[in-house]
Amino acid sequence: MSLTLMPLLQQFMLLLAALVLFLSFVLLAQARLVAAIHIFAWQGALIAAVTFTVAVTGDAPHLYFSALLTLALKAMLIPWMLHRLVRQLGLERHTEVLIRPGLVVMAAVVLVIFSYWVVVPMVEQSLAFTRNIIAVSLAVVLIGLLMMVFRQQAVAQVLGFMSMENGLFLAAISATAGMPLVVELGVAFDVLVAMVLFGVFFFQIRESIDSLDVDRLNRLTETLEQDSGEQP
Amino acid sequence: MLSAWLLALIQALLYVALAPLLVGWVRKVKARLQNRRGPRVLQPYADLRKLLRKETRVAYTASPLFLVAPYIVFVATWLAAATVPLVVMDLPVARIADIIVLVGLLGLARFFLALAGMDIGTAFGGMGASREMMVSGLAEPAMLMAVFTLAMSAHSTSLAGVIYQHWADGLVLRPSYLFALGALMLVALAECGRIPVDNHATHLELTMIHEAMLLEYSGRHLALMEWAAQIKLMLYGVLIVNVFLPWGMATDFTPVALALGLVTVIAKLAVLGGALAIAETVLAKMRLFRVPAFLNLALLLGLLGLLSHVILEVGV
Amino acid sequence: MSASLALSIAFLAVALALLSSVVSLFATRVPRLLRLLAMPLVGLSGVAALVAGVSALALGESVSMTLPLGLPWLPWHVRLDPLAGLFLMVIGLVTSAVGLYGPAYVRGFEQGRDSLAVLGGFTGLFLVGMLLVVLADDAFLFMVAWELMSLASYFLVSFQHERPANRRAAFLYLLMAHIGGLTILLGFGVLAAFGGGFDFAAMRDAALSPGWASLAFALAFLGFGMKAGLVPVHAWLPEAHPVAPSHISALMSGVMLKVAVYGFLRVVLDLNGQVQWQWGVALLTVGSLSALMGVLFALMQTDLKRLLAYSSVENLGIIFIALGLALLFQATSEPMLAALALVAALYHVINHALFKGLLFLGAGAILHTTHEHDLEQMGGLLRRMPWTGYFFLIGCLSISALPPFNGFVSEWLTFQAALQAWQLESGVLRSLVPIASAVLALTGALVAATFVKVYGVAFLGQARSRHVRRARKAPLGMRAGQGLLAGLCVLFGVLPSQVIDLIDPVVEQLLGSGLPQSSANGWLWLTPISSQTASYSAPLTILLLAFIAGMAIWWFKRTPLSRVRGCDPWDCGFAAPTPRMQYTATAFAQPIRRVFGLVFEIEEGVTTGRHGVERYRLRLGDRLWGLLYVPVARGVESAARRVARLQSGSVRVYLGWTLATLLVLLWIIA
Repeated sequence: MSLTLMPLLQQFMLLLAALVLFLSFVLLAQARLVAAIHIFAWQGALIAAVTFTVAVTGDAPHLYFSALLTLALKAMLIPWMLHRLVRQLGLERHTEVLIRPGLVVMAAVVLVIFSYWVVVPMVEQSLAFTRNIIAVSLAVVLIGLLMMVFRQQAVAQVLGFMSMENGLFLAAISATAGMPLVVELGVAFDVLVAMVLFGVFFFQIRESIDSLDVDRLNRLTETLEQDSGEQP
Repeated sequence: MLSAWLLALIQALLYVALAPLLVGWVRKVKARLQNRRGPRVLQPYADLRKLLRKETRVAYTASPLFLVAPYIVFVATWLAAATVPLVVMDLPVARIADIIVLVGLLGLARFFLALAGMDIGTAFGGMGASREMMVSGLAEPAMLMAVFTLAMSAHSTSLAGVIYQHWADGLVLRPSYLFALGALMLVALAECGRIPVDNHATHLELTMIHEAMLLEYSGRHLALMEWAAQIKLMLYGVLIVNVFLPWGMATDFTPVALALGLVTVIAKLAVLGGALAIAETVLAKMRLFRVPAFLNLALLLGLLGLLSHVILEVGV
Repeated sequence: MSASLALSIAFLAVALALLSSVVSLFATRVPRLLRLLAMPLVGLSGVAALVAGVSALALGESVSMTLPLGLPWLPWHVRLDPLAGLFLMVIGLVTSAVGLYGPAYVRGFEQGRDSLAVLGGFTGLFLVGMLLVVLADDAFLFMVAWELMSLASYFLVSFQHERPANRRAAFLYLLMAHIGGLTILLGFGVLAAFGGGFDFAAMRDAALSPGWASLAFALAFLGFGMKAGLVPVHAWLPEAHPVAPSHISALMSGVMLKVAVYGFLRVVLDLNGQVQWQWGVALLTVGSLSALMGVLFALMQTDLKRLLAYSSVENLGIIFIALGLALLFQATSEPMLAALALVAALYHVINHALFKGLLFLGAGAILHTTHEHDLEQMGGLLRRMPWTGYFFLIGCLSISALPPFNGFVSEWLTFQAALQAWQLESGVLRSLVPIASAVLALTGALVAATFVKVYGVAFLGQARSRHVRRARKAPLGMRAGQGLLAGLCVLFGVLPSQVIDLIDPVVEQLLGSGLPQSSANGWLWLTPISSQTASYSAPLTILLLAFIAGMAIWWFKRTPLSRVRGCDPWDCGFAAPTPRMQYTATAFAQPIRRVFGLVFEIEEGVTTGRHGVERYRLRLGDRLWGLLYVPVARGVESAARRVARLQSGSVRVYLGWTLATLLVLLWIIA
């Protein structure tokens, strides 16, 4: 099905999904922590907008509530908490040194194509619209994971984790017109608790190793002796 | 047929005539935003007139290439502009040169501009040329990516065809167009030497890109180079407004439609010029080695535009 | 003209080249012979090849013949078809220009110590080899001619063998040429096993299973890719091309690399036939990699000929991107799009031969008059050797793919083919093609930067050394050779429809369908698919450009202020500029070196020499050396060390090994 034949609201959803994907890329390459948190907030707002659009198209009134919840949680509360955390940790001006950002972005582009390739046989031909959105969501999830792989800063890793969650939520909303409200509330609560736990952990990590660079946690390895033997 | 070619000629002349006005407008808005009064809107015309009447002096060390470069730069830029529909959608010139040729013609102009910068053998000229080629080395592919996105969704590389297709489809929300628009805007800032990539108004040679290549020019040569830069700015402006917002353009040759088309395009350009002035006031000029990050964003946008077209929009 | 006459003219070309080779043997006694007889014979051979090639293209039919030479049960077959005709034309075009250029150039060697007989003799044999590769119609003659071409060019690369760097380059070249030859031979072996014979007609009829067909493809791709200098098997090219005499560099870069493309096309599209889409993806990947790496390394070079050699890697990458598109479209049954992509590839084959030949001849002219190949020492040559300067400018504009020159047309066609990717069924392929075209776009922009650097540093500005300041005009013959190629660059850029009509029989022969639409709207318009989809009018573009520029110049000329007065350079009022204050080639490339720092192995720093003078030092390496070549070399060495254990020194042990080998062989046979 070509884009011109779709109803306008579906086009709008595709547009929003594409923007979510774009923000994932920006998040991946953003070196400044505070800016990254802002981008994450915008991504949350876009997810809320997608939920709202689904609510308008289908007759699922609980989705309005879900949209509101997403907006409050992902676009406001969590970013605010992260922001506060960053301030308390004194990381407002922190800029991470990204290693080979060009290559990482190219890897993300490859992930987009890969997820499209994976999704195409999974979903029926008649559901081209859903299939495309699921491909985008999978790409968002994978890019979130890629971000966790390539970032050394613990806060940035949390952002990657949260954006993975955004991707999952996007897939759920667009493919099934929303999960039951109970499930959604549960997931939202989980995310919130995770956020609080992350906050506690940050302070713990910093107290014990005096940094939030996760590369410093490398000593948690079983091959400790060999490592230390190589780098005396 | 004949009237179409005549209109094409008039549009081409309009580019030459209106380009200084656009620059004057941007300068005026910028001045007002900075609480200055600023020169009149028509000041660029006066500048050009003055330069054209001045005596032209050329360094002893110049080669013949230095003397012909302004003409080649001006003509190539102008011909590129003439292929962008300004008032009427159906432009026969668009058949002579499609979008890829347009990018190529701009490349030709840039090639000679950079060579002219290196010709006298001064340090600043070479510096400007080197930087210009670095910026364009990343900006040109981003531009081509954006253009390919448009061409792929219209199934045509003719600019008239792209605009017509977009207009005929009516309101379709294309993610790819959004990305292409973003890429094109970033490229336009970089290629026209605007803040945050380059600063036209700077007096500090070490931060110059475009101006550094023109340092040795004077008189009518300088006028032609400046004029070409103004036409280039207008070209990018028209490209952005007419491709992404084709509504209001004339589809037939009746006087009413033509007049309406002219008025709308001027209004659209005025708004875009105002936006440019605001952007230039708000943003600070980047360090040279921040520019690649800026242009990589443009490249990424272009690539995502293409990918989102083939993945999201063509889906069988 | 009949087809058999065309074949006879092709034989004449071979005979003339052979004659030139024989004549050169006497050049040790009479040095003038090389310049007065041998080089003109090379040129005549080129003209004959050109005539034969163009007539084969125009006739559009093929003629074959069996020669009474070769092995008793395997006589040599030759055949002249449109594909061979096109490549004969390419060989002919560059060789005729070299024939004009050569006499003046080889004069520079008459006083030297190097053997003229070697130079002339192997030039002729090199040409014979290339001509016979294109004409061969069986694997045996093909391989003989191929090895003749490789060996002759090896001797030309090692021509000035007093320098150790040249010997090293020549050895690397010989080594890689042999590995390439071996894989090509194996590829022919696969085809011959299924076809039941070593002549091409039998191979064409062979029915291969997809697996074996892919194996034959992979072997051919590796072998011909090695000769074509594709990344990662390009290492020999930037070493070998610069050290050969310049007119030979022009032949190697302009023609020999094209012969590799010819071999690839012959084996993959003509003999093998059953194209699979994976092949297209492989070509796209390798082509994109070659294009990007080639241009980035070209941009960083300061040796003019080495820079041009790296740029050949890049151009072959572009050719293989277009070929990859052709295979992709062919495999997904889009014959018209495949034809478009193949036309783009073949067009670029011709273009690259023309402009790379021209640029190498230009570099040779500079070398001849100033004995300088380092860009950092040049400058201001446009005013000292204007003809070479203007011809070189045309070459730079063409290679940078700027309208209305020829390089632009082939790039435009490649982009047009890539833009039809939306017609592909598979979404993944659909998204791979745009990435390849993105790489192509990036490459194009960087090529422009490279040649702005070359031209700006070498021909503009002020001379950076004394001998360059004393440069004189190049001799007439050298100017004529460059002029011929420059004129052809313009011609092939302005009349694309005619060129495509010329190429069309080849496409019809290989793919079964041509590109009839391209000139359907008259000679002015190039409309490869339809006039709605895309159209380009090169004649009108150049006409408009010239007309408006002429008007502007005329308008200013009639005003009283038309006179231009000279003055000192302004340079913002700083001290009077000296040549040493100019941007150098290294400085020009610095921003891009920094942006793409990932690709290179950069070693830079400041060293303090005597008298406390600080010098900037930069060494740029290819990461692939460490990643690919060094491990292979180490592996071979350690294997050799293991095998060396056999060498105990005792004769009786050696005899024992001989006996064991004999027994094993007999056992296998029985």
